[in-house]
Amino acid sequence: MLTPDEFDILLLSLKVAFWSSLASLPVALGLALLLARAEFPGKTLVDGIVHLPLVLPPVVIGYLLLIAFGRNGPIGAFLEAHAGVVFAFRWTGAALASALMGLPLAVRAMRQSIEAVDRRLEAAAATLGAGPLAVLATVTLPLMLPGLFNGMLLAFARSLGEFGATITFVSNIPGETQTLPLAIYTLTQVPGGDAQALRLCVLAVLLSLAALIVSEWLLRRARRRTGNA
Amino acid sequence: MRLEVAIRAGLGSFALDTHFASEGRLTALFGRSGSGKTSVLNAIAGLLRPQQGRIALDGEPLFDAAGEVDVATHRRRIGYVFQEGRLMPHLNVRHNLLYGRGYARHADGPSFDAVVSLLGLGALLARRTQALSGGEKQRVAIGRALLANPRLLLMDEPLASLDAPRKAEILYYVERLRDESGVPIVYVSHSLDEVVRLADSLVVMSEGRVVGHGSVEDLMSSIELRPFIGRFEGGAVIDARVAEQDLENGLARLEFSGGVLYAADVEALVGERVRVRIRARDVSLALQRPVDISILNALPGSVVALGEATGASLDVRIDIGGTALISRITRKSANALGLAPGVRVFALVKSVSLDRRSLGYA
Repeated sequence: MLTPDEFDILLLSLKVAFWSSLASLPVALGLALLLARAEFPGKTLVDGIVHLPLVLPPVVIGYLLLIAFGRNGPIGAFLEAHAGVVFAFRWTGAALASALMGLPLAVRAMRQSIEAVDRRLEAAAATLGAGPLAVLATVTLPLMLPGLFNGMLLAFARSLGEFGATITFVSNIPGETQTLPLAIYTLTQVPGGDAQALRLCVLAVLLSLAALIVSEWLLRRARRRTGNA
Repeated sequence: MRLEVAIRAGLGSFALDTHFASEGRLTALFGRSGSGKTSVLNAIAGLLRPQQGRIALDGEPLFDAAGEVDVATHRRRIGYVFQEGRLMPHLNVRHNLLYGRGYARHADGPSFDAVVSLLGLGALLARRTQALSGGEKQRVAIGRALLANPRLLLMDEPLASLDAPRKAEILYYVERLRDESGVPIVYVSHSLDEVVRLADSLVVMSEGRVVGHGSVEDLMSSIELRPFIGRFEGGAVIDARVAEQDLENGLARLEFSGGVLYAADVEALVGERVRVRIRARDVSLALQRPVDISILNALPGSVVALGEATGASLDVRIDIGGTALISRITRKSANALGLAPGVRVFALVKSVSLDRRSLGYA
């Protein structure tokens, strides 16, 4: 059904989406907890910055990433020297760009689900001897699980569709950074590539649909477990 | 165990200014809705921080605004049974019960099996909390609090959301808890039935302040507290011992310091102590012992004081051989009988007005 090239593109897209949503999970969860539960000066500013990728042109995000995480960028140079991690023109960079683009979606979903957790249950847990961290681990997190799945899935789906930031930051390298949207774009730029582009479009539709179905299934399972939404 | 509470807190438009100390097995905080009872419990549990004052358990401060002490809720070891249960929806009954177990660092607490059998939870352990009835939820909530091995147990109207049969069921378990667990209880309620049946010490609250504090018997017969306790339900509470059970007629002969009282359908054995609430409106007065009358109880005594008239009626406080009783009669009757402090009277109480609802088992 799929040509080896198409299969590689699919696999790369999935790899980038998987790692970007996994890597953004702890960051998104931390930010969601901070925004839902903590009161501190500058909270509005933090909230605004988290939401920037949602409103900024993706090209801007990609370019800023290139400046910061490129081999000569301050963070990129530091990471390469001390951790041996390179983002520029690698699939890891594509994952980083997608993670950043998906972050506001993940944070929003998780924050809403944290705010929906009944704080009276957390108070009850405290009277039973659970300290703040134990309350987080045994009450808040289990009860917000549907929101956690939802946030992860939104980040995953956003990554599958990421184009602007990725192509600006890590370029369009077949086999390394050429994810599904980039491959479709490339095919539309060459004469006679329409049929192949269409095949990839169908693949994109199927992939997105599958992600939605899996998420709905996970959500329903989690809801049944926690007994509420 | 001695609990001291002396706190001030402003809660929006409402000011809490509460002082009391209690050493009872079960102390009832009694008052109308909105009198601040739950806020006091929250302050004891550490869920509400007062602006001023001190809360101490056996002399150890849990909160002291002056000494800047504020022990975190999870370190206070104070169990809390909430009005609405607050079971963890993602855990089954067994894991709800065990929730506080892992955090209780004191090995001398009650065993899981003992609590399960005390509260009759054996058949429920594998259930999900959503599948429990209101009464079952409260029993699990009580068991969960006990298994965290608390020094003090707070109960906030645990019967409020239950129907009458479930209320009776939980009352029975609270009594067993009071008598068998050894954990002192602070019990919030606005129901006199519950207070009379359960409490040995009573704190009456109104609008954030303590208006009366003492034994149930003393407070219930106090005419000053009448407005806070409610005119309809108000009356005296006497401590008595079951002297005889007349099974043929279904009557119990109760002895108390002022004499003998017959009550209907008392579910207690001979020799057991019971507490009887006699509502003021169930007590009539006569100057002579009536004859040819259906009323079984005619207790000789004397008038101590006449309360303020409210509408057509007034409350008369009577001393029956050292026991206080209250009678609500019309102003017209009080005048006709010439009632005044010192006048000798017979207090007439219908036995059928003393039933299981007005009885507490001490």
